[in-house]
Amino acid sequence: MAKIHVTTTINGSATEYLCDPNQTLLDVLRDNLGLTGSKEGCGSGDCGACSVTINGRLVCSCLVLAPEAEGQKINTIEGMAQGEKLHPLQKKFVEMAALQCGICTPGFLIASKALLEKNPSPTETEVRYWLAGNLCRCTGYDKIISAVMEVAAEMRGAPNA
Amino acid sequence: MPDGSPNPKYKWIGTRPDRPDGADKVTGRARFGADFNLPGQLIGKVLRSPHPHAIIKSIDTSKAEALAGVKAVVTAKDFPEQANLIVPTGEMQVNLRDITRNIMAREKALYEGHPVAAVAAVSEAIAKQALALIKVDYKVLPHVIDVADAMKPNAPVLHDGMITEGVNPPPTKASNIAKRVEFNKGDAKAGFAEAEIVIERDYSTQAVHQGYIEPHAALASAAEDGQVQVWSTTQGHFQVRGFCAKLLNLDTSQIRVTATEIGGGFGGKTVVYLEPLAIRLSQKTGKPVKMTMTREEVFRASGPAPGGNVKVRIGAKKDGRIVAAECTVEMQAGAFPGSPVGPACMCSYACYDIDNVHIVGFDVVSNRPKVAAYRAPGAPISAWAVESTLDILAQQLKMDPIDLRLKNAAKKGTKTAYGVTFNTIGMVETLEAAKSSEHYKSKPKPGYARGVAAGFWFNVGADSSAAAHVGEDGSVTVISGNPDIGGSRASLALMAAEELGVDYDKVRPVIADTASIGFNFVTGGSRVTFATGLAVVNSVRDLIRECKVRAAKIWNVDPEAVMWENGMAKPAGSNVGEFEPLTLAALAAQAGKTGGPINGHAQLNVTGAGPGFGVHVCDVKVDNDTGCVTVGRYTAAQDVGTAIHPSYVEGQLQGGAVQGIGWALNEEYIYNAKGKLDNPGFLDYRMPVASDLPMIETILVEVPNPTHPYGVRGVGEVPIIPPLAAVGNAVARATGVRMTDLPISPPRLSAALDAAAPKMAAD
Repeated sequence: MAKIHVTTTINGSATEYLCDPNQTLLDVLRDNLGLTGSKEGCGSGDCGACSVTINGRLVCSCLVLAPEAEGQKINTIEGMAQGEKLHPLQKKFVEMAALQCGICTPGFLIASKALLEKNPSPTETEVRYWLAGNLCRCTGYDKIISAVMEVAAEMRGAPNA
Repeated sequence: MPDGSPNPKYKWIGTRPDRPDGADKVTGRARFGADFNLPGQLIGKVLRSPHPHAIIKSIDTSKAEALAGVKAVVTAKDFPEQANLIVPTGEMQVNLRDITRNIMAREKALYEGHPVAAVAAVSEAIAKQALALIKVDYKVLPHVIDVADAMKPNAPVLHDGMITEGVNPPPTKASNIAKRVEFNKGDAKAGFAEAEIVIERDYSTQAVHQGYIEPHAALASAAEDGQVQVWSTTQGHFQVRGFCAKLLNLDTSQIRVTATEIGGGFGGKTVVYLEPLAIRLSQKTGKPVKMTMTREEVFRASGPAPGGNVKVRIGAKKDGRIVAAECTVEMQAGAFPGSPVGPACMCSYACYDIDNVHIVGFDVVSNRPKVAAYRAPGAPISAWAVESTLDILAQQLKMDPIDLRLKNAAKKGTKTAYGVTFNTIGMVETLEAAKSSEHYKSKPKPGYARGVAAGFWFNVGADSSAAAHVGEDGSVTVISGNPDIGGSRASLALMAAEELGVDYDKVRPVIADTASIGFNFVTGGSRVTFATGLAVVNSVRDLIRECKVRAAKIWNVDPEAVMWENGMAKPAGSNVGEFEPLTLAALAAQAGKTGGPINGHAQLNVTGAGPGFGVHVCDVKVDNDTGCVTVGRYTAAQDVGTAIHPSYVEGQLQGGAVQGIGWALNEEYIYNAKGKLDNPGFLDYRMPVASDLPMIETILVEVPNPTHPYGVRGVGEVPIIPPLAAVGNAVARATGVRMTDLPISPPRLSAALDAAAPKMAAD
């Protein structure tokens, strides 16, 4: 099977790769590019552990074919912190113990960031429905929801809201 | 940095600092099972039986072996036969003869998904092609899935030689009943004769999966000299080493296992599936072999937790005092014996002080994957039945359900049906905390009704080793050997900092591989913060002892004349002399002159695990048209000993409660008539998602465990026990319909509501 040459942007860097036509974006990120922060929990788009954004749109990278990334802007968990500085969501997840085992965490962070870019003032119900595509089996979601709500408030400039 | 401990006895314990592995886990840097790769590695894949029960007449691997890119194929022939020998795995026990058959079918395939061969190839695509070229000649046999069916005299028998244990005289004929267990206290018959009210019901639950988000993964590299390295996502890398050594006839010292970060386990990662196959394939090829399961394989061939049938009979006086209790538990073991029916029986009435108890359990095999531990193995199943029956009793006696439980609560000195007499426990305090909670004191919102249930778990101790090393600058590394599944690094570092009198961020906790620290039993049984925590505390005490010796040398005094306070060696009294205190940094700077590196060690078999009790309060509303249950408010109260890092203790309560809610409402293994699993994916195996749930309120009741220096009790398992009945009791009170079979999924509940409607209309 002839490989396909793909030119794309990943976390702000111009990136090229060769992939099989039937390879998923998740497999290319993990196996070809060494970006193992995106996780495979199901391979069927049900768990959200492989969440990335394509041109700002939240997707399960296990449901995207790798050739589809041509010319797009992909953002993964590896691009979320800026140098030594964690994104406020990353910082708050640690501070508020919004993770236990941590396997779902990259997906939740990517999904939460996409939510706050779209909706800076979500209600608890809106956060819960937005994150309903991400499975966490450890936390019961409680501290994840609280962390996202608190970051939203802080980013709006109302630290104790 | 935390503001200081709310617990006046401590500086660090009870604070909520960032976990030591936090940055790694929010940036994608943390490396889980499938994130490990080695240069030149091959990919291993497993061929699985499509039949739930079949004799394997022959396997022809020649075509697969001839395919370009295939480097090795293994079948049961590649693994030595094992003795009939029971070994412990966390809270469960397994027989080596069975494990070798579970990792690779021998005479028969016993469940759909049972491995029959494995391939190593240069790519996953070629490995998959090779699987399709393996020809297995099966003789398909009749299968049996349901426990009650499997116990019938004419049921297809899975294991020809299986004679029920625990029955006297032993049966003469093989059956699917592996074992009968019985527990007695007092005289149940006499107790029931005294009873003024007797409630009897039959209950059932379905198999559920632990549902960890990370599938099983292992990477093995075997060298020509017999040395083996393994990277595995496991709750116990020492168990992986031990099992693989047995299954492959190696010395434990020949296998070095590194536990990767683990993406959830809940008991399901205390056994081996892929590791021995990856090692064997690596031995045969001389290359590293990586294997990962797909989600479908996880569902079909790992875990799950059993389902079971439970018959409960409770007799009480009109004032609510329980005078007699019985229960019979028939539990799925899966294809091989070893269900947690023992703990299910032992936990059934452990919350209560009852004089006359009679409990019987059956361990039953059927054509399902072999069950694995799942958070308080067995206990949720018996508690579902007992706590539902208590709710019926409370309704019939018109008693508050918490008052009924308070009237019968176990306390210090209560003797359990399984023979143990409780030391200091917190059942009464936990009931009282739930009763006085804002949640319980306020009325349910309009349309909602409330359920209450309790749960008990033993918690375990067992073997742990730890070391504490002082670096050249006085900072400290604490080394232990239990995979951190939910923040245990933080709790270990907090206890080390407290004991040592130094700042939390001067203590770095590290989880060592099997060659770099002494033996540690699995991360399971809620034991890590308790037992490995004790090993860490003792290693730090050993370190302090050594520090005192070093200070004594520097000051030229007796070691007994040195005391340790706030992270410094000080003269124990004014008569010792005037000396400036010596910090760890000062002692480390002079270590070369006082005896070399300063280290502490500890190893122990920990006993005295303090049992835990939980009481959950749940408000639900029911859509009468669809049978859909919405949980509107939920509170989990639990006796947690001392909360070392309260956020992670709360997290255990919240996560366990939600797993229990899933078990109650939606999760189940659904088999079709052909004995095949119909829902091996997250779409059809419906675990709770964020939009299904409210916030889970927690009440941490701190009743310190007297056997631990910081009062630690395990906390991880109790919270999955009460939710099944808490939800069911709320549904019963919301609808007037008592559900006795789990899950209370929309189709089941709407059918039950429809069936009850004419009757209720007539009433």
